[in-house]
Amino acid sequence: MMKFYDPFILPFVIGLYFIFAYLGIKFAVMLIRIGKPERKKIAKGIFSVKTLSAVKEVFLEALLHKRIFKVNPMLGYMHMSLAFGWFLLILFGKIGTLSYSRDFFNPIHYAIFFKYFEPRDPAFFYSKTYFLLMDSFLLFILSGLTLAIVKRFRTRIFGMKKTTRLRFFDRMALTSLWLIFPFRLLAESFTSGAFQSGHFLSGTLGSVFAGFLPVENLMYPAWWAYSLALGFFFVSLPFSRYMHIPTEMLLIFLRKWGLDTGTKMSGYAEAQVLSCSRCGICIDNCQLKTAGETQANPVYFIQALRNQQVNPALAMNCLQCGRCEEICPVKIDIRQLRLITRQHLTPDQSDYHYLPVEQPVKADVIFFGGCMTHLTPGIVAAMKKLVAESGEKVWFMDEQESVCCGRPQLLAGEAESAMRLIEHNRQLITGSGAKLLVTSCPICLTVFVREYNLGIEVLHHSQYLLRLTRSQKIRPKPALLKIAYHDPCELGRGNAIYEEPRQLINSSAILVKTKHEKQMSLCCGGSLGNLQLNADQQNLILDETLQSLTAANPDIIATSCPLCKKTFQKSSPVPVLDIAEIAAGTWQHYIQPASQNQEKANIHELAENQLMN
Amino acid sequence: MATFGFSILKDRQIDYDNNDHRLFRFIEEQEPSIRLCIGCGGCTAGCTAAGFTGFNYRKLNYLLMRGETEHLQKGIQQCMLCGKCKLVCPRGVNTRNMIFALKRAFKTPLWEELQKKINV
Ligand code: SF4
Ligand code: SF4
Ligand code: SF4
Ligand code: SF4
Repeated sequence: MMKFYDPFILPFVIGLYFIFAYLGIKFAVMLIRIGKPERKKIAKGIFSVKTLSAVKEVFLEALLHKRIFKVNPMLGYMHMSLAFGWFLLILFGKIGTLSYSRDFFNPIHYAIFFKYFEPRDPAFFYSKTYFLLMDSFLLFILSGLTLAIVKRFRTRIFGMKKTTRLRFFDRMALTSLWLIFPFRLLAESFTSGAFQSGHFLSGTLGSVFAGFLPVENLMYPAWWAYSLALGFFFVSLPFSRYMHIPTEMLLIFLRKWGLDTGTKMSGYAEAQVLSCSRCGICIDNCQLKTAGETQANPVYFIQALRNQQVNPALAMNCLQCGRCEEICPVKIDIRQLRLITRQHLTPDQSDYHYLPVEQPVKADVIFFGGCMTHLTPGIVAAMKKLVAESGEKVWFMDEQESVCCGRPQLLAGEAESAMRLIEHNRQLITGSGAKLLVTSCPICLTVFVREYNLGIEVLHHSQYLLRLTRSQKIRPKPALLKIAYHDPCELGRGNAIYEEPRQLINSSAILVKTKHEKQMSLCCGGSLGNLQLNADQQNLILDETLQSLTAANPDIIATSCPLCKKTFQKSSPVPVLDIAEIAAGTWQHYIQPASQNQEKANIHELAENQLMN
Repeated sequence: MATFGFSILKDRQIDYDNNDHRLFRFIEEQEPSIRLCIGCGGCTAGCTAAGFTGFNYRKLNYLLMRGETEHLQKGIQQCMLCGKCKLVCPRGVNTRNMIFALKRAFKTPLWEELQKKINV
């Protein structure tokens, strides 16, 4: 039936047809499960430039692994040599067979086992360069493979403290993947040795082997081994983490076409889950590790989601800080996937019949502090002072009666309950006729922007205060203080507001650099996103973050989230202040002149001495 | 239990031996910190929901611990999950997770059984 046939090709051929069939069906089902509105986006995007930019990204990420390179060059090289090297080997292998046989429809396995079918390295017009290249590609892959094996046994040189745990199919796929290329090298070398052919790698090794091994007899089993390794790899691929190779390419296209993860488990969400390569880069960046957590770490969570083993404790154990997404080379929507698993865990029937009927107050600007700001009254006091100075007409909407913004319920998967609170607040906000809503709480900011549909401008108070400073309506009081600024998760990674608070601080004080800034900023540990961590675990996170913030010995820590502030205050060695308090100059209430501190220390020492005697 | 036959006041004794602690144990397994409560009331003083209504986290925590499940459901649904209580609690009680675990308990057969017992 086939021109180039030998029984040893069967494992490879069967494996290959299996994987094509499996992927065809799997991807089709995924696309169906994506849902109609999202599928419309695909139809719109498919014939646009978006597709081209997706092709580019596939090349950069699925083959070259640029993002992994950025995190860690050695790890990047490992991934690249395997992916890109293999790609080149296949591509050039095919081109070579076409050039030689001039038959476009020669079977795939002809290219893969070219050396077996044409052991004497046939000549065609650029064959010398061609075989040189093929040997180089193989060497390239083998170098990456060596790194991969070293990595399994010694993770630290890759800058990763933890590598991921393995399951059965992963083990099978991993072993066969590791064996594919050494077997290919052996098969080609033995054949070269037997026929006195081959090039710098296969030829040299071949003649060395021929010196002490019966290469003619070893040749055939080696080709069998190569084919078997390929076959095993293909068959185990869909059930192992290597499913990420084909799925990631699909994901890149879907994302470029503008698909959205949404709040339900859809085909798109599934594509994201399957795209996780379990590279483990996220583990070190997720502070759950600091808290001693070994189950809920992002990569294990995604693994559990894939195996349908997510329990409520796993679903709830995430700070929603977003540090994992910042570093994930596949850019998986890890936070949203976690929120999806939180849906419908409770009856979601909160009873807010007691909500007061309030009358909106006419104003140009509304200030909403939120529940957390109620626990940090210094922020409201500072805002009032600044607003009075600016002469703006601001209604402090929740100063007396505060109703929650709705975000905590959304974070707990209670969308319906959240909507009741959102409706209540929305009526007050729109009723006041204000053109601008300002909040000092980034948690509220997120929900105002994403869920309220207010049709008016929504600002964080750092943005608002900077605006007032620029228009010279307020003048922040100069302060000769070294300030370390903490980026709150919800403000920074959540709403991409990094510069405004810094500029505001810089307009009156000295900002010092900290170790984890902006996108890489740590979480204070108090996050409302996590219902699961206990107080001790939260304190571990808090301590790590405080250490990073106080490394440069600042006079104070500044932040722009009341929850961060309140959490830091528990154990910060220096005063913690909100940016509004710095701008308003109220920081003076908290900072004692150095002489007073000295006095205090002296008294303590005296007392201690007395006790000792 | 001995009844002395006084009739001026309704009998308000609570027989702890008769109380059903299964719900408490079920929740405690998921959130062991609820045992740490010292009843200081800090949580309730700052509670957002308590600003509008009689909702009282401390009370509910105690009712749960005592195995008095009658008023739990109605009470707990009034919480906004805002998290102020957790921030002020001096004992590190993970209040929000207690509320969350309790809400989830409403979906279990154990809850149905307890409801039947109350309605008898
Ligand atoms: S989630 Fe991203 S960073 Fe984490 S293991 Fe998966 S691919 Fe790697
Ligand atoms: S959002 Fe934060 S806590 Fe949650 S998995 Fe990612 S890094 Fe970890
Ligand atoms: S989370 Fe619930 S109990 Fe706690 S303060 Fe908020 S409304 Fe009150
Ligand atoms: S603040 Fe904590 S310790 Fe005090 S009553 Fe509330 S839960 Fe109990």
